[in-house]
Amino acid sequence: MRRVGLGVLGALLLAAPFWVWNPYYVHILIMAGIFTILALSLNLLLGYTGQLSLGHAAFFGIGAYTSALLALRLDWPAWAGFVAAVLVAGLAGYGVGKVSLKLRGAYFVLVTISFAGVIYLVSVNWMELTNGPLGLPGVPPFEVAVAGLFELSFRSKPAFYYLVLGVAALAYLVCRRLVSSRIGRAFIALRENEALAESVGIDGTRYLVLAAVVSAAMAGAAGSLYAHYTRFVSPEVFLFTYTVTMVIMVVAGGKGTLAGPVVGAVLFTVLPEALREVTSWQWQMLLYGVLLILTVFFLPKGVVPALETWLRERRAIRP
Amino acid sequence: MSLRVEEMAVHFGGVAALADVSFEVEAGRITSMIGPNGAGKTTAFNVITGFLRPLRGRVLYEGDPLTGLKPFQIAERGIVRTFQKTNVFPQTAVLDNVMIGLHLRERAGLAAILLRRRRVREEEATLAALAEEILAFVGLAHRRREPAGALPFGEQRLLELAIALAARPRLLLLDEPASGMNPAEKTAVMGLIRRIREQGVTVFLVEHDMRLVMGISDRVIVLHLGRVIAQGAPGEVQSDPQVISAYLGGR
Amino acid sequence: MEEFLQHILNGLILGGTYALLGIGLTLIFGIMNVVNFAHGEFYTLGAYTTFLFLALLETNFFLALLGAVASGILLGAICERLLLRPLLGESIDTTMLVMIGVWIAMQNAELTLWGGVAKSIDHPFPQPPLTLGPLSVAPLRLFVLGAAVLLIAGSHLLIHRTRLGRAMRATFQDRETAALMGVDIHRIHTVTFAFGSGLAAGAGALLGPVFVVYPAMGDPAALKAFVVVILGGLGNFAGATLGGLILGIAEELGAGYISSGYRDAVGFAIIILVLLLRPSGLFARAERVG
Repeated sequence: MRRVGLGVLGALLLAAPFWVWNPYYVHILIMAGIFTILALSLNLLLGYTGQLSLGHAAFFGIGAYTSALLALRLDWPAWAGFVAAVLVAGLAGYGVGKVSLKLRGAYFVLVTISFAGVIYLVSVNWMELTNGPLGLPGVPPFEVAVAGLFELSFRSKPAFYYLVLGVAALAYLVCRRLVSSRIGRAFIALRENEALAESVGIDGTRYLVLAAVVSAAMAGAAGSLYAHYTRFVSPEVFLFTYTVTMVIMVVAGGKGTLAGPVVGAVLFTVLPEALREVTSWQWQMLLYGVLLILTVFFLPKGVVPALETWLRERRAIRP
Repeated sequence: MSLRVEEMAVHFGGVAALADVSFEVEAGRITSMIGPNGAGKTTAFNVITGFLRPLRGRVLYEGDPLTGLKPFQIAERGIVRTFQKTNVFPQTAVLDNVMIGLHLRERAGLAAILLRRRRVREEEATLAALAEEILAFVGLAHRRREPAGALPFGEQRLLELAIALAARPRLLLLDEPASGMNPAEKTAVMGLIRRIREQGVTVFLVEHDMRLVMGISDRVIVLHLGRVIAQGAPGEVQSDPQVISAYLGGR
Repeated sequence: MEEFLQHILNGLILGGTYALLGIGLTLIFGIMNVVNFAHGEFYTLGAYTTFLFLALLETNFFLALLGAVASGILLGAICERLLLRPLLGESIDTTMLVMIGVWIAMQNAELTLWGGVAKSIDHPFPQPPLTLGPLSVAPLRLFVLGAAVLLIAGSHLLIHRTRLGRAMRATFQDRETAALMGVDIHRIHTVTFAFGSGLAAGAGALLGPVFVVYPAMGDPAALKAFVVVILGGLGNFAGATLGGLILGIAEELGAGYISSGYRDAVGFAIIILVLLLRPSGLFARAERVG
């Protein structure tokens, strides 16, 4: 039953550009895909290791700037920029993790906020490199070409959709394999009982840093895709709004589950777009705040676990 | 000789919790540490397992110093402990609790895991079987799917023991393994501890229940006000006048 | 040298209000174990309430300041009763998420209510600066420093000289023991949150007329409050006071001698450095390991 459902869902997603005619809806799907990668990435830290990064937009932004700068200044092909974005963001995650994950909880939150703050200020003030608040327009579209052999362009929206879908599926797979392995068990152990985890030989700092690296690298991948999709990068990629959106997606969807961040990301990409017609942006953000509070009070585990419990109980009642 | 503690001193805010304590734990035997509340037993455990840094003194295991190592490094050397307050991974299923305990036996690296190589899958299967075995050993096989936090108290303590055993200790430190258990459960735990020793594991435990201590220990160390006041076979210790006066509340 | 002294004076003036922000945050953390990410919003609230009193109700300037502090206390108390009391005993992460929600909701409520355009607050002080030897300072800024010092001294007296303060300190030491000794923990929590929020609103009311008032002004303020708390050590009142002054001076020196674009980076840099080198704060004695 579950397999059939997943199969249908997969087929629908693969065929989306054929049944979703309106390019605006394809755009929403693409954004949902990018945010899925981001939410999965944040969930690795917040959901599995229990450490909240409130500077996650920094890794997203670092990925976006790496791709944009390499393409614009050094004429790197997009795929190479993408790989570099993943690596550079992962490296940043290593740095932040290495220095701050000796600290836990609120301290870690503050270091990540500060890191994002510093990076934002650098992007605004280092005019020579980043062009400051004006940003970097004209990022080339995502194209893969081997001279004389073949050329693959993701310039059109449907094509880019497949690219994002592929990367999101890969990110999901990475998360799934990681969390069901010894590494994922170490993450969970550290979240639930650090002293006990250490007493059976789990090196806390090492695994938390590993989580930070993988998480940051994934956020960097999303940033690179975003840069090539919108073709424009400015300091606003570091905005706190992005981090808040990611946190809400993960918390509302279900932190520490695999499906939770995906559901949260789709829900909170589509919902604001649907609300855009009726309300202004600040009302939406206000609603985000209220939703976060309500989720903590009424759905503390998130939508996906709540749904699973409901389904299980319903099945149990049926004769 | 297995574990050796030399002139260990720990102070909390100027008050001595342990004052130059020295003792030995012999390999392959069951050693108990007893003493009235506040004698410093758990403090000694915390120092041995790296959770607390002593003011002075050192801990040697098979001749190598442990002082300065972190808890996970001490676990890597085969010294595993349980905690006085119940300590499991509450939201995780019982079987996965034990799988976490198996951490040190796993070898799979990041790349192999991401590629889901065959040997990773084989390792997972082997370890799951091993975890089942350990659960059966402590008598919790029927609980394998339940979240650990939902278990009754006595079973949570058994699970703690299973987690510690999964880490393949050569020296197992048990901090009040029978506290909060009913008499039937206590008897079961005594049996388990004996069987653990029979498998060649050195056991060092802190316990209040005298029947249990005197019933299974090869050696008993008595701690009072941060000092060792007696050690020896259970019978010797029981008749020691200093021990009697300590337990009756004198100094 | 004169320039340097001028920076120090300006730093002290800013630092006084930073200390107010930090004291509120450090008390809330120390006593309630809540990481209050909405703290900056009470600062914004104070500034907007002052604006409301002056521009719309046309009251006296000093009355407006009192009104601002009162608004902080009131909303703080409501916030605690409604959102934090039901979560007493929950993990620190849970309340942190709720306070992040409050932060976002309050900031955007202010944006909706007042619009995004910055507003300036009129004040009755003369514009021309006073000169004190080589230094010059606007009378308003001098008033801000004086008021901040008064509020800090008042808070100190409240915490160290009253029954209520003793109950707060007892709760800070050990919540359960305090409860056993007959301290009404619920009441202490409400009072602490209201008090801390009132101080933040007071800081906003004082700095509002110095700078301009806009909906996102609470974000840098909250950051500064966190810097102050980290400098002073979590839950350390005297540390927060000193930390506030240090941050104010460091910012002025940073903006004066390095680059004004990186003024806010000073705070970030301090957070990162202090947490890495001395996580228990500059003024705490080293904690024991374990």
